[in-house]
This record gives sequence, C-alpha cells and structure tokens, in this order.
Amino acid sequence: MTVYYSKDHEWISVEGDVATVGITSYAQEQLGDVVYVELPDAGKTVAQGDEAAVVESVKAASEVYAPLDGEIVEANEALADAPAQVNEDPEGAAWFVKIKLSNTDQLSELMDEAAYKAFVETL
Amino acid sequence: MGNTDAISDLKKTPLHDLHVELGARLVPFAGYEMPVQYPTGIMVEHQFTRESAGLFDVSHMGQAILHGPDHETTARALEALVPSNMVELGRGKQRYTVLLNDEGGIVDDLMVTRPLDEALDGKLFLVVNAARKDVDYPLLEKGLPDTIRLEILEDRALIAVQGPKAVEAVAAHAPAAANLGFMSGEPMEFDGIECHISRAGYTGEDGVEMSVPAGAAEAICRALLADERVKPIGLGARDSLRLEAGLCLYGHDLDETTSPVEGAITFCMQKRRREEGGFPGAERIQSELANGAARVRVGLKLDGRAPAREGAEIHSEDGSTIGVLTSGGFAPTVGAPIAMGYVDPQHAAVGTTVNLIVRNKALKAEVVEMPFVPNRYYRKPKA
Repeated sequence: MTVYYSKDHEWISVEGDVATVGITSYAQEQLGDVVYVELPDAGKTVAQGDEAAVVESVKAASEVYAPLDGEIVEANEALADAPAQVNEDPEGAAWFVKIKLSNTDQLSELMDEAAYKAFVETL
Repeated sequence: MGNTDAISDLKKTPLHDLHVELGARLVPFAGYEMPVQYPTGIMVEHQFTRESAGLFDVSHMGQAILHGPDHETTARALEALVPSNMVELGRGKQRYTVLLNDEGGIVDDLMVTRPLDEALDGKLFLVVNAARKDVDYPLLEKGLPDTIRLEILEDRALIAVQGPKAVEAVAAHAPAAANLGFMSGEPMEFDGIECHISRAGYTGEDGVEMSVPAGAAEAICRALLADERVKPIGLGARDSLRLEAGLCLYGHDLDETTSPVEGAITFCMQKRRREEGGFPGAERIQSELANGAARVRVGLKLDGRAPAREGAEIHSEDGSTIGVLTSGGFAPTVGAPIAMGYVDPQHAAVGTTVNLIVRNKALKAEVVEMPFVPNRYYRKPKA
C-alpha cells in the first residue's frame, strides 16, 4: 500500500488497482465543522478532475475532485450519518470513495507525503 | 481555500491583535479583516453562546450620532427616512428600523437609541451595517435637514456579549447592566471605563452590545475573557446563531428591492407610521400592508441532512419555481439544516411542503415558524 497526495488536498491510498480517497487533515481544518457529505453512487465512472463528492461545512459547500480516472466501486456510506468523522479521523475512518483505477500512470502526477507537507507549508 | 487576497488593504478593528493572539482565522468581511472562527470552530462556538456567553467583536459596524436641537426635531427628521416611530421612542430605549429608498426598498437595517439623559435630548445613536456605511451616511447627510448634524464615531469599538450568562458576566464589571430591560441602553462604567451598554443583540439570546472607547476595547475584552463563562466567537457562529433566531442579514435576506412587508419585519413599523405614512416608498408599503406583497420571507426546515444555501431555487411540489433562498445552512442547535427565503405568498403558510434545488436535486423542506430556536430575550418584570 502506497499513499499519495493531490494539490486539492486529497489522500489516495493505493492497493493493487484500487485507490481509497479521502481529504487530508489540512483540508478538514480549512473547511471547519463538516455537517454533510454527498458521495457518488458505486458504478459511476469518473475522470481525473471531475467532481466526485461534495463536503458541506457549517459555512460553505466544497467540491472534492476525482484525483484519478476510474470507476467508483464503493462510497463510505457511514459518512451520511456521521459527517463529523471527516473532522475527527480524516485520513482514516472518514475515507470518501474507493476507485478502481483505469490509468495507474496518473499516480506519477501525485505527491508523496514529504512533498505534500512541503506543499502545505507554502500555503 | 486561502482567502488572503489583498488582506493588507483591509481595515482592522481595535481588537485585531487580540484576535490573532486567540488564534482566530481572519477573513475579509465588509472591508475589514475579521475573525470567522477561533480554534474550537463554529459548531462549538455556536453551542457555547447558547449555553453560556459568547463575546463578538462587531467594531466593523458603523456607529454615529444625530445631533439636533431637541428630540422631536431629530426624531421627525429621521422619521422622514425610516418607517418607525422615533418621536415616541422613550429615553434610554432602542428600536430596530430600516432606511428606505423612494421605492420602499430597504437601504439598510439599523438600531437607533435615544439617550437616557434628558440633557442629551435631540441626539439619537445609530448602529449601521459595516458594508452599508458608505451608502447610509451620504443618504443621511442628504436626507436630513440642516438643523440635524451627523457625527460619525471613528474612535469607538462595539462588543457584543450574548448568551444566558452574558449579562451576569458583564454585570461583574458593569453592575448597572443587570438592570437594563430588553432594547434599553444607557451609559455606565465598566471597570471604571465609560461605555454605552444596551440589552440587545443578534443571536436570539439575552445579552448586551457595548459601545466602548477604541483604546479600551482590548482591556474590556480581556477582562470578560478571563471569566470562564465567556469565550470569543467569530462571524461564522454569529451567522448560524442569527439564522436560527430568524434574523435578517442585510445584503442577503434584505436588499434595496425588498420592502419591510416582504421581509416580514413590519414589527419595526408602529401604528402611527403605518397609518400616516410619510416615509420613502410609503405608497408601496401601505399598499402591501393592506393587500399583501408579491413575495414574503419564510423560514424553511429541511427534511434530510444536506444543507441548502443562498441562491437555491424554491420549487412547489408540482415543480414550478416559487422563490429563492436568501440564507441557509446547518443549524447547530436545531440539529438540522434550515433556511430563509422569499416565496409567492400563496406558498407561505406554515406547513407548506416545498423543494429546494441543490446541485440539480430536490431537497424536501417545510415552511416553519421563525425563530427556529425560541428567543430568550430578557423581559423586565413589571414593577
């Protein structure tokens, strides 16, 4: 299992050709208290950069973009009843979707943890 | 996600350094750099205000004084611009009103206080919205006769303390605050500092707003924050608190096209003014009072957990567009998303089911009474 990060503040944990995607601790901190998460249905095909989910905080709605091409194989239904999990355990229990990747070459465009940390420090 | 564009051009309130020290996230708001939240976050701040007491820096708001020869002259002059009864406003009493344009649209909503001291008769103290100062002050200058002078107070801060424990916390430093009735204000000392404190606010809770010398604002806030009953609250929770209280936010729920009848704030129009008119746009407003308006502000409670926000269309059950949301979000005390918006009056009855269109999906909602959370304003026992 390897963990990658995107400039949109997503983490992408890859095992074989399935990526588990969530938002980073930095992202949840920026959003504030999360009150609702809208997730896509399993079976939906997404392309890198497509809107894959919406996170609603008390203040505003923010889109979460698909970091890679693929097919949604599972969405974390538990977030529907417990959206605050996104604040409590963003890089663990509060994963958003699992994507079956159609183009693993795109992984090379993502950052590793050290590069992401350095990126966040520039913000 | 950063929101730091040209942040250096923004004005700062006298409490800016304290916000930074308290770990606030600062954002541009109405030309000021203001705290949207502190490290605990909006949800905790909101609940703390409802349970104890929240301290809000609202120094960005405009404070001004009208100076005239006597109360009647000043009050009549202001009455030419607003639909409220200012002449019969008692000494030390405060009133919510609106500045109107010639079409009866709301230019701003504001608070007006008549000084308690008889020697100050002829003066009225105004608090206007930060984002409307540049509109309100010229309108007042132009609309008031030469006998009335507008003095803009630049050296005052405004601090709100709101919540069930707010008044007792403030009274520990300014004992006279405990005796104020709702919508009353008077000058008093806070730890020896001259302030004007009124019992009013924007959260639906008991509490006060304190106009204080800019140079003393930080000391006053530090004294209050040393009390464990009081915590600093940002603009984020201020917005969710006022939404639950069913209170309008200018620029969102009210604008220059909305009348007081449409905005469902006719409580600001006392009987004499409704009957006599004599304010800008009286023809429209009196006609709406008699015959109803083309649209009216309503409260909405959503069925599910997904919030609907400003700008979302309101559809009737048969799918036709009947209005638009002007505010909306998750209500921490209600525990569900709520919203306010304007609808065709035939869909405004409490209990009407509507759909709110969010990302092309219809979210079911019901028209409900406002406030969404019962207000807890202090009512002085009758002597």
